[in-house]
Amino acid sequence: MIELKNVSKRFIDNVVLDGVDFEVRQGETVALLGPSGVGKSVLLKHIIGLIKPDSGEVIVDGLYVNKLKRKELSRLRQRIGYVFQNGALFDSMDVFENIRLGVTNDEQYRDLKYCHERVRECLRLVNLQPEVMRKFPAELSGGMRKRVGIARAIAGRPTYLLYDEPTSGLDPVNSDVIDSLVERLQGEIGVTSVMVTHDVRGAFRTADRIALLWQAKIRAVGTSEEILASSDPAVRQFLERDFEMTLTQQATNLDEAIGDGTQH
Amino acid sequence: MRPSLAAAIDLRRHVGRGVVRTAGHAGRFFALLVELVRGLAEWRVWAPRTVEQAQNIGYGSLLIVLLIAGFAGAVTALQSGYQLQGGFVPLYYAGGVVASGVILELGPVLTALILAGRIGARYAAELGTMRVTEQIDALESLGRSPVTHLLLPRILSGILVIPALVIIANATGIASGYFASAATLDLTWSDFTFGARFFFKGPFDLWYSLIKAYFFSAAVTVIPCYIGYNTQQGAEGVGRATTTAVVAASVTILLLDTTLAKLLLGQ
Repeated sequence: MIELKNVSKRFIDNVVLDGVDFEVRQGETVALLGPSGVGKSVLLKHIIGLIKPDSGEVIVDGLYVNKLKRKELSRLRQRIGYVFQNGALFDSMDVFENIRLGVTNDEQYRDLKYCHERVRECLRLVNLQPEVMRKFPAELSGGMRKRVGIARAIAGRPTYLLYDEPTSGLDPVNSDVIDSLVERLQGEIGVTSVMVTHDVRGAFRTADRIALLWQAKIRAVGTSEEILASSDPAVRQFLERDFEMTLTQQATNLDEAIGDGTQH
Repeated sequence: MRPSLAAAIDLRRHVGRGVVRTAGHAGRFFALLVELVRGLAEWRVWAPRTVEQAQNIGYGSLLIVLLIAGFAGAVTALQSGYQLQGGFVPLYYAGGVVASGVILELGPVLTALILAGRIGARYAAELGTMRVTEQIDALESLGRSPVTHLLLPRILSGILVIPALVIIANATGIASGYFASAATLDLTWSDFTFGARFFFKGPFDLWYSLIKAYFFSAAVTVIPCYIGYNTQQGAEGVGRATTTAVVAASVTILLLDTTLAKLLLGQ
């Protein structure tokens, strides 16, 4: 279980989190929605101890993350898989070595045979061919990099998976592929997940509960039905703006399709 | 508010921010040194990566070190030949000037300065890029220490390789100094070595060169690693970190050079 209690964080004069309370129960997937730059990724990094709060508590499995010693924090992190926004793959290593670093048990990491099998299995789980193993990150497309990032995050068989904008920068087709993947992984490896996103459609599709981070606070939490039924003006504003953006995107896609059609 | 009062407040604010920033750097630098010492216990992680890094920086830097040392030795010989013309001082003194100049000063200092540009810039840029692209965060998120995976191999490989490069630079500088003396001053090998021995104060000169090399290798590696590791603000930040790393390492080398001369030569 993940709990944030009254967490506040500011960067110089910019208050990013202001007394945030947030809870993720065992086995569920929670999508954290909010406009760009509102502090969703900052909140996610608090969970894994990459950022320390100015005040408040971050608790994972009963452990107070911001009070853990270096080795204890390292052990906790081995139970958490983190999918970075831009993949954050190690560009001097090939895909095999990238995913192998995700094998957090030292004995297993040193066992090359185990690592080969595990990397192959993780690539299968994210719908990538084993041939990708010898490629370097620079040789992969944006969607493939995201999937290798997910493969690395699950290689150590984590209890928790934290996704930071897994579909940002991807076209709608690739976004759907990643959303399906997230949904399927929940079923296959049964982890507790937190997904930071500003993609409302993807969040409604994959999450059990949805939270809205708005002006440094958690403004609303609930199931997709509860969020859709919410009369909170901030929730309505966020959902309606996304709806308009979706319509605009569909219109643009349609225009492009018509344009392509007339050119041929 | 009077303009003079406003200016005084502004100055105090600037000084205050400067003091806070310097104290912050000092604290972070000290914390990094502690982490480096702690990380030594995890030799299974850093040892193979250190060998890999040492091969990279060793082979990659050899040619430029040979060139710099070669030219430095030859120029020292030519200039000492020019100054010894006139017959008041025997020409074999040129051998002493070249050997002492290269071993005590030119070999270690020029090698360190050139490596501050080559290795220091590389370390700062690599680590800075890894920081701004979240690769360092990714490593931490996997429960792995960036200190043992990234910093220790770079620093230890520098401490292994740079003194070796200084020894090579010393030998190359003396050899090129001899060839330049032979070509322009008609100095024989025995004259050159006689002059070199005349000024040679014993094995301490060689130790002094090596001690300097170890101190300089720490400056060339630790400072750029610290600056690169703490890079902020995207591509611009990486550029700034790289420049700062080279300047800071070079200035530290010159400061160490003066301090070690005072402490070890007792001048």
